[in-house]
Amino acid sequence: MFNFISPEDWEFAVKVIQKEFLGAIWDTLYITILSTLFAILIGLPLGIILVTGDKKGIRPVPSFILVIVNGIINILRSVPFLILMILVIPVTRAIVGTSIGTKATVVPLVFAAFPFAARLVESSLREVNPNIIEMAQSMGASPLQIVLKVLIPESVPSLISNATIAFTTVLGYSAMSGILGGGGLGKIAINYGYYRYQTLIMIFAVILLIIVVQVFQTIGTKLAIKSDKRIKN
Amino acid sequence: MITIKDLSKTFETKAGQVEALKNINLTIEDGDIYGIIGMSGAGKSTLVRTINMLERPTSGQVVINDTDIGSLSDKELRSYRRKVTMIFQGFNLLMQRNCLKNVCFPLELAGVPKDEARQKALKLLELVELKDKAKAYPAQLSGGQQQRVAIARALATDPDILLCDEATSALDPKTTNSILDLIRDINKKLGITVIVITHQMSVVENICNKVAILENGSIVEEGTVEEVFANPKSDAGRRLVYPDFNEETIGENVLDSNTHILRVVFNESDTATEPIIAKLAKETGIEANIIYASTKSINNKAHGSMLLTFKTADELNEAIKFLSPVSGITIQEVTKNV
Repeated sequence: MFNFISPEDWEFAVKVIQKEFLGAIWDTLYITILSTLFAILIGLPLGIILVTGDKKGIRPVPSFILVIVNGIINILRSVPFLILMILVIPVTRAIVGTSIGTKATVVPLVFAAFPFAARLVESSLREVNPNIIEMAQSMGASPLQIVLKVLIPESVPSLISNATIAFTTVLGYSAMSGILGGGGLGKIAINYGYYRYQTLIMIFAVILLIIVVQVFQTIGTKLAIKSDKRIKN
Repeated sequence: MITIKDLSKTFETKAGQVEALKNINLTIEDGDIYGIIGMSGAGKSTLVRTINMLERPTSGQVVINDTDIGSLSDKELRSYRRKVTMIFQGFNLLMQRNCLKNVCFPLELAGVPKDEARQKALKLLELVELKDKAKAYPAQLSGGQQQRVAIARALATDPDILLCDEATSALDPKTTNSILDLIRDINKKLGITVIVITHQMSVVENICNKVAILENGSIVEEGTVEEVFANPKSDAGRRLVYPDFNEETIGENVLDSNTHILRVVFNESDTATEPIIAKLAKETGIEANIIYASTKSINNKAHGSMLLTFKTADELNEAIKFLSPVSGITIQEVTKNV
């Protein structure tokens, strides 16, 4: 398979790997973790509103609020990430001061990921047995107490596995943001592999991305199982 | 004292209005173990949920010790609910908390300091004989044990009233009895009024002192368990007291229009030693045909019930004359529908 790769290519690839990959892995993790955290920070309250504010929820809100929240989420989730990156450039400039570079990629990533996170939170919270919510109400729990002491704690295993899904999705998006000068493994794969025909470097970057996904998915799954007290052991 | 006045509940569904409860009137005295029994869909669960306003009645009132529960503000209602707690068919324990923390849950809601809550929860777990399971999670417990934890949790806020919504329906007969014993103990020791929702007559016979029979959203019969058992007035009552008595099991020809039926209920266990039907035959020459008989234990007293048929009205009247003076039995002539 590597017959068409010349010894010079090998040498060059090794050099790039030694020089740039450690930083690229760091950038990728930095962007992905930071974006996922912000996405969850915004997505969690939105997901909670969607569940509790429902007409049959524990604290119904005026329906126009749900329409707005649902609308924002659906619109942002419909826009392809490549387009979204360009659309939010003014916002990125306003927040970070520039629209290119590693830090600047976090903004479009958060915009792409928080609606996704909100939906994941919504589905996690909806899994909570409604009879348990009724129990809490029968014991005199306020809506806030139900959210903090029942809905969230009872869905922790599901929230952890969904956070893992969000993380791996953001990781995929972050690789795409290499196009706009965001750092990380995605940038290396595009710059060397696509623009300079260094297939070897591209393959290496992709393998690293696969490893990162594997590691985080494994950790996430383990944590979710470990946190779930419904599993007898 | 709980007074339910002219209470109705109508649900709006896509198929139209459904009247779940129609003009319910009930009085439950302090210290009662009050059974509300009915088939599924009769409205029992809705009725019990109006007592803590998990279901708001469409009209009517629930008054507890002069307080109209429906008029309480959200905040007042929440603190009221600490005094009227509930256990459920599905136990409804928090699956991600251990037993001790499950019992602490209502205390946390009430803002009781952690240490104090822990001490109280441990005491309650001791009361339900599960102190050794304090650190176990609900998934590691059997159904009966889970219900015990749920009972401990329901007692944490020192309630005046305990609502049991089909609390034993998911349990096997042996476990059911142990849970019912526990509820009876709680009623006696702590003086908590208990309202029991069930579809099983055996549960009512076992622990209740009073019973109301609910059918299609209306109360068709109510009274002490002994009264209702000895003389069920409604069709629904008769179906519950004599679940296996119908034309199919008896045979249609036995109950033709010429049959005269007498119900004999043995209220005291002493009468069981008297062979009164044999005496009736010997002393009056009337041969009564026993077409149905059963014995039940109500509040730990044996109650027997028997249906006798006679060929003529004269025989029936003579049998009534013979049996009336016998102590410890109640007799009543009944129509074809029992």
